[in-house]
Amino acid sequence: MPSGLFSGFMVSTWLQGSIMAVVAGAVGFFVVLRGSSFEAHAIPQGAFTGAAGAALIGANTLLGVGTFSLLGVVAIARWGRRGQHDVVTALWLVTLLGIGSLFLSLSTEYADQTFSLLFGEPLAVSSSDLLPTALLGAGCITVVIVLFRPLMLSSIAPELASARGIRPARVEVLFLLAVGVVTTMALPVVGALLVFSLMIGPPATARFVTDRPVRAMAISGVLGLVTVWVSITASFWSNWPIGFFVGTFAFVWYVMGRCVARWRTRPRPVAPLELAGAGSR
Amino acid sequence: MSVLHAIFQPGLFSNSSVQDAAVLGAVVALVCAPVGVFTVVRGQSFAGHAFADVTATGGSAAFLLGVSPLLGFVVMALAGASATELLGAERQRGRDLVTGVVLGAGLGLSALLLYLTTTTQSTTGAAVTVLFGSIFAVSTSTLPLVIGFGASALFLVGLVYRPLLLSSINPDLASAQGLGRRVVGLAYMVALALSVALSALTIGAILSTALLIGPAAAALRLAKSPGRAIAWAALIGVAATWAGIVLAYDSYNWPPAQQGWPVSFFVVSLVLAAYLLAQLTGRRARRA
Amino acid sequence: MTTSGEPASSQAPAPSGEALALEVEDLWVRLGGHEILRGVSFSVAAGSLTGLIGENGAGKTTLLRAVLGLLPISSGEVRVARGHLGRRSIGYVPQKVVLDPDLPVRARDLVELGADGRRLGIPMRSNAKRVFVDQLLQAVDASHLADARVGALSGGEQQRVLIAHALASLPRLLLLDEPLASLDPRSTQETADLLGRIASERKVGVLLSTHDINPLLPVMDRVVYLAAGRAVSGRTEEVVRSDVLSALYRHHVDVFHAHGRVLVSVGEEQSEQGCELDPDDCTDPEKPSGENVAGGPSPAAAVAGPGQQ
Repeated sequence: MPSGLFSGFMVSTWLQGSIMAVVAGAVGFFVVLRGSSFEAHAIPQGAFTGAAGAALIGANTLLGVGTFSLLGVVAIARWGRRGQHDVVTALWLVTLLGIGSLFLSLSTEYADQTFSLLFGEPLAVSSSDLLPTALLGAGCITVVIVLFRPLMLSSIAPELASARGIRPARVEVLFLLAVGVVTTMALPVVGALLVFSLMIGPPATARFVTDRPVRAMAISGVLGLVTVWVSITASFWSNWPIGFFVGTFAFVWYVMGRCVARWRTRPRPVAPLELAGAGSR
Repeated sequence: MSVLHAIFQPGLFSNSSVQDAAVLGAVVALVCAPVGVFTVVRGQSFAGHAFADVTATGGSAAFLLGVSPLLGFVVMALAGASATELLGAERQRGRDLVTGVVLGAGLGLSALLLYLTTTTQSTTGAAVTVLFGSIFAVSTSTLPLVIGFGASALFLVGLVYRPLLLSSINPDLASAQGLGRRVVGLAYMVALALSVALSALTIGAILSTALLIGPAAAALRLAKSPGRAIAWAALIGVAATWAGIVLAYDSYNWPPAQQGWPVSFFVVSLVLAAYLLAQLTGRRARRA
Repeated sequence: MTTSGEPASSQAPAPSGEALALEVEDLWVRLGGHEILRGVSFSVAAGSLTGLIGENGAGKTTLLRAVLGLLPISSGEVRVARGHLGRRSIGYVPQKVVLDPDLPVRARDLVELGADGRRLGIPMRSNAKRVFVDQLLQAVDASHLADARVGALSGGEQQRVLIAHALASLPRLLLLDEPLASLDPRSTQETADLLGRIASERKVGVLLSTHDINPLLPVMDRVVYLAAGRAVSGRTEEVVRSDVLSALYRHHVDVFHAHGRVLVSVGEEQSEQGCELDPDDCTDPEKPSGENVAGGPSPAAAVAGPGQQ
């Protein structure tokens, strides 16, 4: 066991990373189900601006990320996604990134902070953030578990959900909030640009491997956990940025998942029919 | 008179970095105008955005290898274009996921390359340059290359202009005329890759989408015919870029750090402002 | 009359002396293991309007696309007259063209692309082009729409602009795939009349597919009836008859006439002219020919098969 990997200052990284990984896997399952690639991209990008602003004024990063995640959620919930990749929304997002770069440029550690906010900095996780993270994570998981069936139904067939008294619009808001929570927890650790990979990679893989939703969610949680653990370890050892490991792993899981899916649906020789009972024909 | 002085600070026009930046910005805006219009019309903004993120990997690699970032951007963008053409079109939802995962890997790789650059070459600020651009830091010797790439992109678009337009309006109409779909699509992809690379050099890889689709989207609110749309896009793009350069130069005296605000921030914000303005004033151009 | 038991389609030869815009001979198209078109034969004369009638899934779009060369032909021949510009050009208005309202393309731009959409390089403005486009737009009653965005036009207006676009390459053959399908009744009749005019004034052979024959009755010269890959063609009054269509469909078909309108009703029971058991075992009905109807025996009498009459 390399010294320092589990030492005092790394404990909060491990704990926060683990909580975040599990929640990302669970919420990511629904991101993939609902095809919400855009939201999963957009909210972290907006949150980056908040992190940059917090860095500029010396406030708590988590606070900045959380606030702007919430603002992003509100904006998307209010104005919706009019067509998946609307030009206006793309322009707004890029402008937010530009503002973020402005904030960082005005602060003292432009280059370093740009890097760590975009690509992650596990060592910067402080123990004081542990409690809010744990609470957010617990709350998020509880919501997902309690609302599992309404979430499923309104993701697959919103009209059916409405017929049963579930309001898809409300579910959408809750879902977006969940994405915001994951963003808040994950951004400081893996970076704004890689939150998406963490939310998409493991669940997309899980869906290739199994057709059963609960199992898929569990698998994506486990994969997320493995990803984060290995990434933290590798990053600690090599000093290489954690974002690299997260992005690479997400890709590797995805490719493996595709291969498994192809293997599962390979053309198989049809077994000969057996006549049931005596003289049925 | 003092207002003009406040805007066009002394030394602005004689500063060689500013001059180079102005040329670079103008070339990029001109190239992005027709390519951007086609990209928005064909609804391929996401492809443009994907290319942009991918070019970050190329730029980072260029830094590590000590090569010009422009080459890194161009090579990576062209590789991305070929990959997209080869892999072909899949179902929308599956395609988004695949693209997202590949982008994530690419960005992760960029992170690694940038880190290695910092440690092996003690160059700081590579991340900022690649991701957010550094229009003032582009050397004069790169300009001929920029103009060369830009001219190539414009040539390609001009060559397949009519078939591209027809296939963007409706693919069935294009195939009825027996147009070589692959050739046209390939020419467009290459032009797109070059435009994205040039834009990444100017305002950074993750912001480059703005210069590609922003002026074009604004122009579509204002113009009814394709030629006029391209003209408007060029005008808006050049104006935003030049205004951004001027403001960035002026900002050297601004608080808090007296080191100037980033050009890309200005350009991107101005592009958004131009779009919103066009949105407001362009409603009457819709119907004859 | 058939060789291998495969039924050939019926064809009435075109009135002699007229130039043909399109000749289709014994066309077979197989896609994905299915026979979509089985030995279809017919012709379209220049200056005439021919309706291609059939239910959904009968093979109308496949036939049009095969004529255009967009689908591979399994066997048979398609001959198209050369356009005025010397090369083979066919005007084509596809089905369900959706035009984005944001497209920065005016009606005149779209029509101009019909003439030179294949050409490389940046288009040069010229007065001749502008006049040409204006004339085309006038021919389709769309002059007042010339400077409007194509995506902002109504369905009927878009249709007319698309027709002008298709005519811009000066073809001898104009194909339209379900042009009347999503139009309101008034636009439907206007478009049908317009197409009839275009056919006769511009000496273009017009072939359009539809599943409702009625709007075309006033302007249609000939009809090609398509059912399950087989076709019958001829003049309207020869083809749209219970006996002929029953033989084609292999089911009992009633043709009702009322107030100048026609209703074709395909029944459940297999027709007597058809087959008892497997439809593909049928002996083929004799083709009704244009010459015979006037003075010869009725087509019903000409139908071969056991126990007829």
